[in-house]
Amino acid sequence: MGGRGRGRGRGKPLSFDIETLGFQNRKELPQSKDEPPPLYPPLEFKPVPLQEGEEANYLLALKQEFRGSMRESPYFIKPQSTKKDIERYSDKYQLNGQNKGQGLGWTPNWNTFPKELRIREKKPKRLKLSVKPSLAGTKLKAKGQKGDTKEAENKLKRILQAEEEGDEDDDEDEEEKKKKEAEGEEEEEEEFYDDEDIEEGTDYALSYFDNGEDYLDADDDALEDGPVY
Amino acid sequence: MAQTQVRLGGLLLQHQYGEIVENVGTFLAAKGSFPLKDIADGTKLGMNEVKKALCVLIQHNMMDFERNRRGLLEYTIHINKVLHITRYPRYIYCAKTLYGDVGEFLVEELLSHGQMMMSQVCRRVSERITQALEEGQSVDEFQVRKTFVDLVKTHFLQRVAAPPSDSGDKTDAETELQVKEKEMFLIPPAMDVDYSKVNPSVSSSGKRKREDGEEGDKVAKRPRSTSPLSDEKNEDAPDKGVYWHVNFTRFHQFFRDQAVLSAVNSKMDRYACEIVRTMLRISEKTTVPLAPTTQPMSSHEIFQNLPSELDLSRSTLGEYLTLLAEDKTEIVNKAGESGGGMYILNMQKALQTLCKASIESVVQERFGSKCSRIFRLLLMKRHLEQKQVEDMAMIPAKEAKELLYKLFSENFVTMQEIPKTPDHAPSRTFYLFGINIHQVSRMLLDRCYKAMGNLISRREHENTENRRLLEKSQRVDAIAASLQSSGADTTQMSEVEEMITPPERQQLNKLKHDINKLEQSELQLDETIFLLESYLPGSEAMVMY
Repeated sequence: MGGRGRGRGRGKPLSFDIETLGFQNRKELPQSKDEPPPLYPPLEFKPVPLQEGEEANYLLALKQEFRGSMRESPYFIKPQSTKKDIERYSDKYQLNGQNKGQGLGWTPNWNTFPKELRIREKKPKRLKLSVKPSLAGTKLKAKGQKGDTKEAENKLKRILQAEEEGDEDDDEDEEEKKKKEAEGEEEEEEEFYDDEDIEEGTDYALSYFDNGEDYLDADDDALEDGPVY
Repeated sequence: MAQTQVRLGGLLLQHQYGEIVENVGTFLAAKGSFPLKDIADGTKLGMNEVKKALCVLIQHNMMDFERNRRGLLEYTIHINKVLHITRYPRYIYCAKTLYGDVGEFLVEELLSHGQMMMSQVCRRVSERITQALEEGQSVDEFQVRKTFVDLVKTHFLQRVAAPPSDSGDKTDAETELQVKEKEMFLIPPAMDVDYSKVNPSVSSSGKRKREDGEEGDKVAKRPRSTSPLSDEKNEDAPDKGVYWHVNFTRFHQFFRDQAVLSAVNSKMDRYACEIVRTMLRISEKTTVPLAPTTQPMSSHEIFQNLPSELDLSRSTLGEYLTLLAEDKTEIVNKAGESGGGMYILNMQKALQTLCKASIESVVQERFGSKCSRIFRLLLMKRHLEQKQVEDMAMIPAKEAKELLYKLFSENFVTMQEIPKTPDHAPSRTFYLFGINIHQVSRMLLDRCYKAMGNLISRREHENTENRRLLEKSQRVDAIAASLQSSGADTTQMSEVEEMITPPERQQLNKLKHDINKLEQSELQLDETIFLLESYLPGSEAMVMY
């Protein structure tokens, strides 16, 4: 009956007759609230004090000690160092000290742990990396010959495996480079040019894997320019 | 519920194992089981980081994995095991009270490492104790091993069940898991304290045989089939491949029993408490852990097992038992007349009583004594109309109405409509108010989780706010310590100490006080959580009032 008739329905926000609920007029209705409840409502009753005693204190000490020791434990995984504004010379040595981001820091019982969780050791990573520069080279050289580059890459891997012998410091560098790989090919190449160690290391492989295009102009000038650039 | 649990779990993981584990944990807790690759995609973390996080979670027994139909491993997190982190100090303390410092260190090591081999733990613990002791003294590793065996014998520690292995096919994996279940509490022979004399592996398996009769013959056969296997492992290391972890269920059972005992003690007296304790000890052998009720035991049996120093005559025991059985807490029930009266302990009822009591005190502290009176009245009478409440609580009508509605709006009280006519007209309907203990405890538990989360984040906030100050005080302490060791004089020392200004010191003290208080609240809140949790899981069948 309420809101349906035109005359009665207007001006009334409620769609039913409030008299059925036992209210005489609208003023008796509780005010509707148009703001959220306060964040800290006033406390009507004070909370009871905490229990105290030797046991409670001992538990507290235990808790704090345990919490503190967990921070230092190998199970506490620290996030990778946040993005650096600039590369500092000192970073290299700090990384060395902390051995950050490498491995677990503890050895799980692999008999019961799923095998797929094993973090691959350095070796495969290093291989992939040392291949990278030549990849870039061949890519520039032979655009469109994807199949060939794949093959060349495989061969390179095999040969480099026998040859590769980097010291620990190199690994760290490469580790960092790994991260940057995602950032884009462009940077990748720049990095490669910057780092002399790697360039030297792969020099042999590069010329070795000349895919034969330089075969005809094998004079000195052409070699100096290098097949890479 | 789940939402607050996930939040709290996330906070705990963050503080315990760092942000990456937290990300992985909350992702899995909120979304369910996932294979490795999807976790990496979902959390936007690097593959290696996810792997590390999963390893940590598995190591601490907070995670299970299973092959799905497509052959991928799916990882599932157990959020309730994550939430046990708040209870770690209690486990450690409990081990200390039962087994002394050695027990304390053993449980602490196991908790901080998740799972370990017995030889590892024992070595570490004996090293730690030797360090703590003064020079010249050292503790025997044998002693540590003995405590370890004791802990295993009482089932406070158990073996890590090997999950289905990657390579094995399904049926094989399942049987493997079963085998592990049987020898959950077997000490590898090589690590035994005294292999020729006491053989706990035999005695514990014998105990299990008594516990579950239908499994008995299987257990008896089992050792023969498994022993060559363990011997094989012994050859390369004393106990290679046998990992141990803390058996939370056993600890919970212990806490539950302690809670019930102290309740009986304060409700009746020491003797009643001892009688219930004896009953519990008898039932340990006959009843599966965490069963709602124990097997019936005769008063004769109880009498024989009473500790002799109690000096209780048989007739007094009978009186106590009748008194306990007639008590309205219903912890002890009479099951029959044979054998001088058969009695059972109803642990579920006991927990419910404890739960009710703590809910009542929550109502009292939150809403005042008048509300508490209304609440108790409703608990007693189950269903009451508003008018009846006003009359029976002896509170003026207007006030009673207000208080009742307050309780209703805070979900402590439920309402049942019973219409006299099918049109549900308010004037022709009964409105019955009542209390659903189950629902109220669930709500309270949810609030407790929330409060716990708030406490932890507040603590973290306080710490970050004062980080600079904390770091400074740490540095100053370090300097002072190094000066002291190098034998500096008092003037130098005071100079160093003055590096922290009085207002700073004041602030530091306040911070320390605040944090202590917050952590203390966490610990005590956990006791309530424990009570509510242990009451709730078994009572799905509770009827709605």
